[in-house]
Amino acid sequence: MEAVTKLDVEAIRADFPILKRTIGDRTLAYLDSAATSQKPVQVVDAMRRFTEHSNANISRSVHTLGAEATEAYEGARARVAAFIGAPSADEVVFTKNSTEAINLLAYAFQNATLDPHADPRLRLAPGDEIVVTEMEHHANLIPWQQLAQRTGATLKWIGITDHGRLDLESVPDVITERTKLVSFTHVANLLGTVNPTSQITARAREVGALVGLDASQSVPHLPVNVAELGVDFIAFTGHKMLGPTGIGVLWAKADLLDAMPPFLTGGSMIKTVTMEQTTFADAPAKFEAGTPPIAEAVGLAAAVDYLDALGMENVRAHEKELAGYMLERLETVDGLAIIGPRVPIGRSATVSFTLEGVHPHDVGQVLDAEAVAVRVGHHCAKPTCDRFGVNATTRASAYVYNTHEEIDRLVDALGKVRKVFT
Amino acid sequence: MNLDELYQEVILDHYKHPRGAGLREPYEGESHQVNPTCGDEITLRVHVDGDKIGDVSYENVGCSISKASASVLYELVSGATVDDALARLAEFTELMNSKGQGEGDEETLEDAVAFAGVSKYPMRVKCALLGWMAFKDALVRAEASIPGRTDA
Ligand SMILES: Cc1ncc(COP(=O)(O)O)c(C=O)c1O
Repeated sequence: MEAVTKLDVEAIRADFPILKRTIGDRTLAYLDSAATSQKPVQVVDAMRRFTEHSNANISRSVHTLGAEATEAYEGARARVAAFIGAPSADEVVFTKNSTEAINLLAYAFQNATLDPHADPRLRLAPGDEIVVTEMEHHANLIPWQQLAQRTGATLKWIGITDHGRLDLESVPDVITERTKLVSFTHVANLLGTVNPTSQITARAREVGALVGLDASQSVPHLPVNVAELGVDFIAFTGHKMLGPTGIGVLWAKADLLDAMPPFLTGGSMIKTVTMEQTTFADAPAKFEAGTPPIAEAVGLAAAVDYLDALGMENVRAHEKELAGYMLERLETVDGLAIIGPRVPIGRSATVSFTLEGVHPHDVGQVLDAEAVAVRVGHHCAKPTCDRFGVNATTRASAYVYNTHEEIDRLVDALGKVRKVFT
Repeated sequence: MNLDELYQEVILDHYKHPRGAGLREPYEGESHQVNPTCGDEITLRVHVDGDKIGDVSYENVGCSISKASASVLYELVSGATVDDALARLAEFTELMNSKGQGEGDEETLEDAVAFAGVSKYPMRVKCALLGWMAFKDALVRAEASIPGRTDA
């Protein structure tokens, strides 16, 4: 592990012009990075430079710009692969976002199920089981729920304890010899829980199931190394890690990608085509039909460079510190109940809470009047809300550019909320 | 932004002391509406009595705007003729879609004019309309269930 140094938050903030914005007459306090992060000038500049200087379609033209664009796009793939410790850049598939990455996988299972010659690991039948958890974002729930319904497989899930942790004791019962796939969230977007992975991956291996992570909330915030994690796939999304919208990543082991039938078909994903038949390109091209998000890939690579320069261990340490401060300060607010772990251990700097007698929509509105931006609602995790008996929560989430002062402003604004509604 | 403009006294009063809350019998039409972005929900029943709205009863979870709006709805349409209730629905919907331009007619909309400020906040317009959508739907169902009233 690299030695931890403190982030220079003032210098970081200078790279994010949006943080100087005022709402009304107050400076923005952006505490909604779990929904989407802000982008540093380095990312915007890289995309602009590419668009102004090298823009062309990739892998299609022999002209200079075409070659530069292809190099930039494939260079971004290699950059992302290195960032997550992937053994080969060919294991990195660019998608639109996490949601598409997970659907790509779910449709690979579905298409394999329809093909008697497909890899048996991917073919589902009644009695087979798919396992998720009760703390999934809908993006890692609904694709599997639908896949189960279409194939006759059974969807099962690992529950949540009252403290907002996975009920790991149930793992041996939930993951069984019939389990073919386990897909679970690395860091929960509503609860902020950082899930320990080793017990679940070990159990999945024991029963011969494929196992992977929704890493949408972990890759932006912690060092993630796919080789160390020992999983078969992870999915994440560019816009939550200082990168642009419109690009996400599916990383999967080469042998799994080889076995997977394509999801979308069309241009750029073929070897040969006749009117009757098509043979597919090797991964990753097999999964990247059509013109991909090229400038966005360039932006994502710049975001990865930015995060690497900060050092992911330092990012983690900064956020752990902010999580501790946020929890401590929020606990002082009258009538506030934290939904999720109440200690800054095994948790991210994303904290959901309810305020007695005040609906989160109203909390968010009053906070906005104080220029404090948080997210309110069910956070695309309705089953998690149900588990804790709430309809919605208010969620504050911090990232590399957030300060103690912004958390103080959140807490002060929550005091104002109480004044308006009681 | 001006919080007072959004959270008018009248709105906060309806929120804290909702009128006509709770589900009651009899009723001919019931509707359940959900705001998928925030999870707010309402179940609303309509009892039609001749050409009048005999009662509107409801149970809801939601923010101050959606709860106050249901309370105001109850006051406006309960006891009104079906035609008047539909006219209020049209007026209120128009006010909510006015993007801050409408003021609303206090003669007809009464307390509901306090929602004029809400129309400036696109994220909250849906909250204000949730109960009214339920009313519209429940009324259609009620009319459909009454023999000889399928023309409405
Ligand atoms: C845990 C988790 N998974 C998946 C997603 C979906 O990401 P996207 O909307 O970029 O596909 C999100 C973000 O909203 C998330 O927090």
